Amino acid sequence: MKPALFDFAVAQSLSDAQSALLGGQNKLVSGNQSLGPMLNLRLTRPAGLVDISRVPELRAVEEHENYVRFGAAVTHAEIEDGEVPDPTGHWMRNAAANIAYRAVRNRGTIGGSLAHADPAADWVIVMTGLCAMAVVKGAAPDATLRTIPMEEFITGPYSTALGPEDILTAIDVPKPGQGARWSYWKYTRQVGEFAKASAAILIDPANNRTRITIGALGRQPALISNPETILDGSKSPMEALSVAIPDQPATALHLHAVALSRALEQIKVAKEFSA
Amino acid sequence: MADGQDVKERSKGIGARLMRKEDDRYLNGKGRYVADIRMPGMLELAFLRSPLAHARIISQAKPDQTDSWVFFGRDLDGVSGIRAVSGLPGFRPSTQPILADEKVRHVGEPIAACLADSRAKAEDLAEKIDVVFDELPAVHDMTKARDKESPLLHEDWEENSFLESNADINFEAAIAEADVIIKRSFKTARQCMAPIEGRGLIAVWDRNLELLTLYSATQMPHIVRTGLADCLNMDHGQIRVIAPDVGGGFGYKGILLAEEVCACYLAMKLDRPIRWIEDRREHLIAGANCREHSYEITGYAKADGELLAVDCTAIVDSGAYSSYPFSACLEAAQVASILPGPYVMKGFRCKTWSVATNKPPILPFRGVARTGVCFALEVLLDGIARELKITPEAIRARNLVQPEQMPFTNITNKFFDSGDYPEALKRAVTAIDLDGIRKEQKGQTGRTRIGVGLSIFCEQGAHGTSVYHGWGIPMVPGFEQATARLTPDGGLELRVGVHSHGQSLETTLAQIANTEIGIDPEKIKLVHGDTAYTPYSTGTWGSRCIVMAGGAVGSACELLGERIRKIAGHLMQADPADIKLEGGMASAGRSTISIEEVARTWYLKPQLLPDDVDPRGLDVVAGYKTTKDTGTFSYACHAVKVEVDMDLGHIRLLDYVIVEDAGTMINPMVVDGQVYGGAAQGIGTALFEEMCFDASGQPLASTLADYHLPLASDLPNIRIEHMETPSPLSRFGQKGIGESGAIGPPAAIANAVNDALSFIGAEVAEVPMTPERVLSAIAQAEFSKTTEGDVA
Repeated sequence: MKPALFDFAVAQSLSDAQSALLGGQNKLVSGNQSLGPMLNLRLTRPAGLVDISRVPELRAVEEHENYVRFGAAVTHAEIEDGEVPDPTGHWMRNAAANIAYRAVRNRGTIGGSLAHADPAADWVIVMTGLCAMAVVKGAAPDATLRTIPMEEFITGPYSTALGPEDILTAIDVPKPGQGARWSYWKYTRQVGEFAKASAAILIDPANNRTRITIGALGRQPALISNPETILDGSKSPMEALSVAIPDQPATALHLHAVALSRALEQIKVAKEFSA
Repeated sequence: MADGQDVKERSKGIGARLMRKEDDRYLNGKGRYVADIRMPGMLELAFLRSPLAHARIISQAKPDQTDSWVFFGRDLDGVSGIRAVSGLPGFRPSTQPILADEKVRHVGEPIAACLADSRAKAEDLAEKIDVVFDELPAVHDMTKARDKESPLLHEDWEENSFLESNADINFEAAIAEADVIIKRSFKTARQCMAPIEGRGLIAVWDRNLELLTLYSATQMPHIVRTGLADCLNMDHGQIRVIAPDVGGGFGYKGILLAEEVCACYLAMKLDRPIRWIEDRREHLIAGANCREHSYEITGYAKADGELLAVDCTAIVDSGAYSSYPFSACLEAAQVASILPGPYVMKGFRCKTWSVATNKPPILPFRGVARTGVCFALEVLLDGIARELKITPEAIRARNLVQPEQMPFTNITNKFFDSGDYPEALKRAVTAIDLDGIRKEQKGQTGRTRIGVGLSIFCEQGAHGTSVYHGWGIPMVPGFEQATARLTPDGGLELRVGVHSHGQSLETTLAQIANTEIGIDPEKIKLVHGDTAYTPYSTGTWGSRCIVMAGGAVGSACELLGERIRKIAGHLMQADPADIKLEGGMASAGRSTISIEEVARTWYLKPQLLPDDVDPRGLDVVAGYKTTKDTGTFSYACHAVKVEVDMDLGHIRLLDYVIVEDAGTMINPMVVDGQVYGGAAQGIGTALFEEMCFDASGQPLASTLADYHLPLASDLPNIRIEHMETPSPLSRFGQKGIGESGAIGPPAAIANAVNDALSFIGAEVAEVPMTPERVLSAIAQAEFSKTTEGDVA
């Protein structure tokens, strides 16, 4: 279980990283928590790896009036430990604290997780659930940053809207409005596992955002249409999910309905957000 | 000597909770494992392994110009495959090739050996080898392996079965009075042993000494040496096996590996040190397989709960080959002989098959077959109790062997040396607060339910010649030997052929020596893990070390003590019979002399020795056997409280009690450690660990992301209570305890889950109890309730 030969370079700047991507031979790596095992199993064989974990642009965190922009190379641990601001009060910190286990969180990055797009990864569902935006830079030196809603950025299992020479540079997480509530419930049998089913609920009346997100589906998360009908009890989780995720086998459907029920129980007692 | 000091000295001997001598090395990262060893000029070995479960090899081609670095089976001149033939009638022997060149019989079987100066480069070579296969249908389901249409693994066999066994003891007569007959089918998954350190080795050929030295992560260095000598057709004297620090064994490290034979041959052929470090993927898919059983079991009982007889058909999925030295028959032979457990019954019938499948050989894992049979029998008993509407504790109390029956010979002729099983049950029931849990259950509604489960079993440890001779396998344990040597400074060297890799023998054997001859454990050095320095031994397995090596150390120290007394008596002008050895001193009345002075006299001042001194000196070898070699019987009762989430099928362990009788405990802290570690593995068997295969024989878990081990966060705070009934058979009353913890958890936890779900009549019958299996048991019970309702 040793990787096939590859070249290794450390990018000092975003333009370093972007020039490394030209030609399609190299892969960017930051925390290396998903790519590393795949390299060792020789499931992936890039000609070269370019470490972007120290690129200053990707490490930056900017606070704006309505959102916080997290550089893609911010680690789960930095979010967990409050070393960077949490626009949601503590929602992001709590989610970060339950990603895998601490050794993974020390190295794994929010951008790496989203660009890898494991269907069961926490940030994939949490960022979708929080109405976050992916910030993407194209290859052309004069390319402007594109912002893409997370539900459009994740396009399938391990697949995203990133072009071969694009870099996910940052994630914009909106600040919730006064009185917003949030719950995120995932089923993992053991600590450190990827979730078998998960559900996130955001109720943010001030910003007119109400969102129910179902994750760990083996593909991109599903957004439930008319979430109000579930929140007011007129539709049961099972009824709603039978329509929303008809592709899932019965046992998975059941598990996701349980996840949604538990997220609903949690949101009833969730504390209201206050800036 | 003051009394207080006396007690202090004694506190380092048998019974003391002495801190481990090993701790400094292990806890400070100073252990030296095979992978820590490097040799000048060393090559790394990687294997090309079969990607298919069953196939004929049509052709093999090496990459260009790699003849000196890539080797096939045909290149291993004069090397024999591994054979472990049981003498039991009807046993079909297999030959496990060192490198398969005609046929592959499981995924992961080595086909080619590749050498390079780094492991990555050796793996690069392996990728470039071209092998053409003719794929055959794979045998993956043990229950169908013997079907006529199943393809044969070993083509000269009539069916895919190593061995069939039949036992019938008074069965028909016993069942005549039965009021209830309860049938169940049970399965235990194929598991992997997963010690923290996998296998690993360095083979070195010394051309001047004509000596092959194998550093190997093994728990049985002498047996590996014997097996190697057979396969390589060499004299024992040309082979030395060194087992340095070893990171857990559990049975896997007792097996002679094809990889070991191959590396040794290549080290001699190329005259270069060769290292192979098993990686986790090899470990999981090709190596450490164990535990896979299937049971059809029926219990016959009277209305008052008396168990009359048990009838069982058991299949053990033995995999592709009979592995050395335990053979493919050990597991099933154990099933047939230990299934009755600690219960008295009038009749017993058991049929077993050790079937061959296209999977890696099944190997004996901590507890061997006991974990499976305890699961089958104990879960069946709860089924009978539910049917008869009596409690689980009552049916056990009704049928357990009673203390006044000891020593007791059970229905399969197992000799129970001592113990009070009903007392263990009673204590466990009290400690878990079974009455309290019953009250708590009465108030329950909803889909989260608690349950309580019990399991009780015995563990035969240190069983010797008479037992193993009966199974006719390549290795039969006899007298266990130990060497005790007083050094000139009054220190003591103990040499044993068993190996310590978590058993804490460096401490416990020193405690035994301390009790015998009063030398401080700090001054006692245990030498083990090197065939050049230690007496021959079958090694560490079967919960035997503390009884056998402990007994041997006791005997050797007793002999050494006599010789010390004789010299000391001469120096002090005292009668040797009056001399006590305590606190590093030899004393008779008011006269004392240090043991160090006695040692110096023998080695450095021989002019002071008596004329009739024993010329064999202060270096003795002694052999030891228990007074009857049928084994010590430790036993335990496990009691567990669980919570079952009926929506998720998720099981939480809320409380766990183990009441354990290890006989005389040499070091209670070490006993606790053994029980905790075993219980964690048993919980793994119960809830998590499973190596699945698809219909083509492909293993579906090749990393620890897919093969789920129990984690610290999955384990409850296990509470241990000790009973101490000395064994009448062993030197100090001690009983083997090493495997015990791993035996009880699947049965106890399954009983607790079934208790929690009894209000809907759901039962789980297969381990691990994954959420999917729990949900399916619930769905089945709820479905049959609905259909019953429809009929009504």
